Amino acid sequence: MTSMLDLYARRRIVNAVGLLVSMLAMLFGLFWLCWILWTLLEHGLPALTPMIFAQMTPPPGSDGGLLNAIAGSLMMTLVGTLIGTPIGILAGTYLAEFGQRGWLAPITRFINDILLSAPSIVIGLFVYEVYVVHVKHFSGWAGALALAIIVIPIVIRTTENMLRLVPSTLREAAAALGAPQWKIINFVTLRAARAGIITGVMLSIARISGETAPLLFTALNNQFWNSNMSQPMANLPVVIFQFAMSPYEDWQRLAWAGALLITLSVLVLNILARVLFHQSATTH
Amino acid sequence: MNAENITNPKVIVRDLNFYYGNFRALKDINLSIAEKMVTAFIGPSGCGKSTLLRTFNRMYQLYPKQKATGEIILDGANILDKKQDLNTLRARIGMVFQKPTPFPMSIYDNIAFGVKLYESLNRHDMDERVEWALKKAALWNEVKDKLKQSGTGLSGGQQQRLCIARAIAVKPQVLLLDEPTSALDPISTAHIEKLIDELKEDFTIVIVTHNMQQAARVSDYTAYMYLGDLIEFGDTSTVFTNPKRKETEDYITGRFG
Repeated sequence: MTSMLDLYARRRIVNAVGLLVSMLAMLFGLFWLCWILWTLLEHGLPALTPMIFAQMTPPPGSDGGLLNAIAGSLMMTLVGTLIGTPIGILAGTYLAEFGQRGWLAPITRFINDILLSAPSIVIGLFVYEVYVVHVKHFSGWAGALALAIIVIPIVIRTTENMLRLVPSTLREAAAALGAPQWKIINFVTLRAARAGIITGVMLSIARISGETAPLLFTALNNQFWNSNMSQPMANLPVVIFQFAMSPYEDWQRLAWAGALLITLSVLVLNILARVLFHQSATTH
Repeated sequence: MNAENITNPKVIVRDLNFYYGNFRALKDINLSIAEKMVTAFIGPSGCGKSTLLRTFNRMYQLYPKQKATGEIILDGANILDKKQDLNTLRARIGMVFQKPTPFPMSIYDNIAFGVKLYESLNRHDMDERVEWALKKAALWNEVKDKLKQSGTGLSGGQQQRLCIARAIAVKPQVLLLDEPTSALDPISTAHIEKLIDELKEDFTIVIVTHNMQQAARVSDYTAYMYLGDLIEFGDTSTVFTNPKRKETEDYITGRFG
């Protein structure tokens, strides 16, 4: 009897210690996150005026906003997502639904994993080398292309994972009705995995909306309003990079405002993704 | 009893062997499935009863390392023949699984999905077919006001009847039921068993079950399997009250398995 009590006492102590250590780890992580958010709000909120959305990036010393950078970021993120998402979903579907046999799928999966962890500056340099050098100027298209290359592996990975979560009995049930494979995939498995795949796409958008390095070598920057994707294009990350490093105080303020904008939009996207995924998890 | 004793066979299995890779899961199976009757496959886990069921619609073809040899004759033609078209085979042989598998779409579309594979019905005819199938599956009264709602929102027992409705909407001749009630509560199970009784008017039914009482209640013929062998096959009352083989008796009386 006493040894039983000893055992329980020991379990309680181990449990308490484990809980304490994981709480401390969580606090350690949260501490930096809160500090970052706090600093960002402290400097960013006062700078976040309506002018930000109405005026172009100014030369040092004069008034201005971030409109051209916001528009450029939105356009390149949109185009990058539109290029990357279909390729990613198709490739992910191939890996999950047809990748059981043969050598092509394992190799694709392996290369995709490498691409997934490739530093984004390498992707920027790659697009610079194969595209920018040939057309001889920086452009919004090049920026969107670099962002698409970042989107693709993320969407491939989430699509494959989400499709693999679909129970095989669902595929069997559709096959047992005599449905051909393309119908099973289109109407049953992709539909069952839809929320998860959309979540993946949103997370990839969140990821590329803060990428600086690939845009530095591709879209570069533009002081003026530009909606022509063939020209160099302003974008928030590069503007932040340039303005934050400058000695001018009004530029630094704009950089803070831009950083806050990106953070808030990423936050909103993440929350949306979570809500979506949670909803689908409860309905299945 | 063997193949020859059944006067109206719908399906005849001859010398069927089945392999998962190198593992031989079915060994020289011979039996017949009587038309518009219920045939039950019983036996302990791993005996091959589900494997046998899944050869009838060649479900195993989804998986690269599985293969069957021998013959399964449906209406005079060997369905294991490579020339047999899988889709038309599966139009004639429907299947319901252990866990309910509603598709992620509305109740209506769940039923229409299979029908659309083979027939292009106009709106009115499709409505009628959906209603017919749901009535056959004794689900109509519970869902007639929410046909547009998702099939995944139904209770487990309702989902399983939805799957039965989906299978019979295609108007197959044979219905394969793979432990259709093992994930359901007793009331839902009673519903399904009653349903099986009614469905055998129109369909030839083969059911795999872990539950021996269920086999005794719903089936006309019973096959007892063990480790890939068909140990005994005969009409249900004989197999349960007067089994010829010692192994069958041991299993049925609960001394084993």
